[in-house]
Amino acid sequence: MRYDAVIIGGGLAGLTAGISLQKAGKNTAIVSTGQNALYFFSGCFDSIREPSPEIQALFSEAGIRLHYSPGVRLMPMGTFRESALALEDVSIFPNPQFGKKVLIINFMAYHDFFSSFLAEGLEKQGMECRIRFLNLGDLAQPDLGPNQMRAVQIARKMDDVWEKVVQEVRVLLKDEDTVILPQVFGLKDATIPEKIRQGIPARVVFAGTLPPSVPGIRTQMLLKKRYEVLGGTYLMGDRVTGAHVYEDVVQSVVTKQLDRHYLEADNYILASGSFFSKGLISNPFKIYEPLFELDMDYNMDRNTWYDPSFSNHQPYLKFGVKTDANLCPSRGGVPLKNLYVIGSILGETHPELGSGAGLAIRSALKAAQLITNQT
Amino acid sequence: MQYQEYTQSENNFEECTKCSICTVFCPVLQVNPLFPGPKQAGPDGERLRLKDPGFFDATLKYCLNCKRCEVACPSGVNVADIIQSARLHYDQTPPKLRDRILACTDLMGKMARPFAPLINGVASKELPRTLIETALKVDHRRIFPKYGSRSFEAWLRRRQKEQAAFPLQVAYFHGCYVNYNYPQLGKDLVKVLNALGVGVQLLDKEKCCGIAMIVNGMRKEAVKNATHNVSIIRKALEKEGVKVITTSSTCTLTLREEYPALLDVDNADVHDSILIASRYIFECLEKGATLKFRPDYHKRIAYHEPCHMERMGWGIFSERLLRMIPGVEYMPLDSNCCGIAGTYGFKKENYDNSQAIGAALFDQIRAVNPDIVACDCETCKWQIEMSTGYSVLNPISILAEALDTN
Ligand SMILES: Cc1cc2nc3c(=O)[nH]c(=O)nc-3n(C[C@H](O)[C@H](O)[C@H](O)COP(=O)(O)OP(=O)(O)OC[C@H]3O[C@@H](n4cnc5c(N)ncnc54)[C@H](O)[C@@H]3O)c2cc1C
Ligand code: SF4
Ligand code: SF4
Repeated sequence: MRYDAVIIGGGLAGLTAGISLQKAGKNTAIVSTGQNALYFFSGCFDSIREPSPEIQALFSEAGIRLHYSPGVRLMPMGTFRESALALEDVSIFPNPQFGKKVLIINFMAYHDFFSSFLAEGLEKQGMECRIRFLNLGDLAQPDLGPNQMRAVQIARKMDDVWEKVVQEVRVLLKDEDTVILPQVFGLKDATIPEKIRQGIPARVVFAGTLPPSVPGIRTQMLLKKRYEVLGGTYLMGDRVTGAHVYEDVVQSVVTKQLDRHYLEADNYILASGSFFSKGLISNPFKIYEPLFELDMDYNMDRNTWYDPSFSNHQPYLKFGVKTDANLCPSRGGVPLKNLYVIGSILGETHPELGSGAGLAIRSALKAAQLITNQT
Repeated sequence: MQYQEYTQSENNFEECTKCSICTVFCPVLQVNPLFPGPKQAGPDGERLRLKDPGFFDATLKYCLNCKRCEVACPSGVNVADIIQSARLHYDQTPPKLRDRILACTDLMGKMARPFAPLINGVASKELPRTLIETALKVDHRRIFPKYGSRSFEAWLRRRQKEQAAFPLQVAYFHGCYVNYNYPQLGKDLVKVLNALGVGVQLLDKEKCCGIAMIVNGMRKEAVKNATHNVSIIRKALEKEGVKVITTSSTCTLTLREEYPALLDVDNADVHDSILIASRYIFECLEKGATLKFRPDYHKRIAYHEPCHMERMGWGIFSERLLRMIPGVEYMPLDSNCCGIAGTYGFKKENYDNSQAIGAALFDQIRAVNPDIVACDCETCKWQIEMSTGYSVLNPISILAEALDTN
């Protein structure tokens, strides 16, 4: 099958590139081994500090509303981190002292939401906290079993019974100015969190649970849907296993499931993620990019890869595929003209593009632009 | 130092990063509180079972083997294979009579066919169905597939000469369903392939692919069928350029992937030559062959991609073929398990969960209100037809129907 562009990896970077290219009238396919880092997404776009109308528009067309308000966001363990751009249901405050009295709502027998850590963290900021537990069985039957007490399973129930939660919270609420709820709302319908805010007479903050992340999954589903509505082909669960390269041009890629049925394109985008997604692989001797064996930007001395203090910024996160200013990589010193590398596989080799979601989106938009401008 | 080779197990269970993405996609975990879910039943449990087989948990039988967990896993863990292998290796309880009967699809077909009108009558009447439920614990709300009174094999055998005259040849693994229940699908395939200049041959006495035996714990019988099938496929492929074609996504997945993964039956030399018909036809068309369609064919078609088609990554071929028919308005359905999973949904204890799993799909079909639902799997067809009343056709039958043969 022949496309204008084939994208390897369907995470935030691959989807953003795919959507932009489809919008520009290109015919593309995304091949993706399983799901991606969006399943852990907090809802905040790291490293985007400036107002970004282009990004906000791109997401809004997919049904994902973002808000830009530089400040800090609440982390799942009660600490704070600087943020500026986030999904609409993720709150950003001007400073950590955002309230005086807080009601924290949790579910009975749910172990993936750390209400007491949250309370501890907020009390350090001088807030007074009260934790109350709702019984899921009272809200929705049949009740969930212990194996099912996970963010997504609860969220599927909440899609139907969120109004009952609003009722319960209204009853529990005394003189608190803020209510904190776990991020288990609006999996199917992104407008539910806003409706909950309207129904409760206090500031409503949704705080992170253990993964999988409900806002992250919603974001992934909406982006994929948008890509497919624009005519893109998303080959889910397949894996690119090899490529045919002639001199400095990628001719086609091979996937595990389509074997001899090669995917051909004018341009290719490598968005296969970092170590977690196996876009990069490390062993005791080297760090490498497994698909094309692209030239890497990293320090060969293994002793420099990690910092013994776990919580420090780890040096291996800097490593990535080496590319030129146009995100084109090289192999054995030979530049590959029609391959672009985007997203977290770049590590911190392009500081001007940022890190995290910022890097994924900026590099994707840049590659899509370069491909669209070719004639 | 060759550390990597030595730390990699057969189904990659140690590659699991505990990300729990698979638990989002398991249809059973959403509806059955007794099922531990893919992560716990799969890689987590495997670690324990390797230490002590006593950790084997009978609730693994609730796994549908739909493979949705494997499609979602970013780490390449063969979660469903781990679960099904564990069932085959550690489960000591002999399969129930009911499960044995359900699993022997070709034996059932052979015995039932001569009495087809009688059996069809019995299997669709209320009272005998309640009897079947009491005696065998097969849910009485299930309607058994009808049995055709003449097998597909007999039909094709009488046309062998005419088929051999075509310049290109394929061998057709028709499966039990086409042979005994729905010969029309086989006839439709012959019609479409003939239009492409391809003749259709039978394999040398194929046996049931064995998937129902695998999931019902009948390993020995399954290995026997697998060994036989691989050897007759190998023989058919000796003729140059021949491919083995199927029309059922589950038979295809079983022949290609489950034989080596679950039964240790080596099929490496024939693996790539076993193709589902929609892929084969698409590839013929890509190479320049053409099909002519009726100008008066107009249908709104909603495509349901069966779980096993999704696992193989081949839904795209059926989609492309359907979209190619000029009079077709194509509507994709969201990826969703229909809940039947072969013999699973027939068992009384699974009926309610089976229907709950499929509910979202049934709702979407009713909302879309298509003329026909297209789907590459025979058990999905029963499930969707029974649950929604919409008629379901294999994409190959739709091609045959739309073909202009004048
Ligand atoms: C646990 C975690 C939490 C994070 N949270 C945040 C956050 O809250 N905010 C933020 O800004 N950033 C966060 N990040 C950073 C995150 O990496 C980026 O935000 C971004 O999502 C990365 O997107 P990506 O598309 O580059 O890579 P990924 O999301 O990793 O996607 C790569 C995809 O490519 C697939 N793939 C790999 N190899 C192949 C192949 N050969 N063939 C086909 N497909 C292949 C993978 O399976 C995967 O699906 C987080 C990262 C992690 C790991
Ligand atoms: S999705 Fe894969 S890696 Fe993640 S928990 Fe499941 S099996 Fe493990
Ligand atoms: S094969 Fe299907 S039913 Fe079994 S664990 Fe995986 S997703 Fe669940």
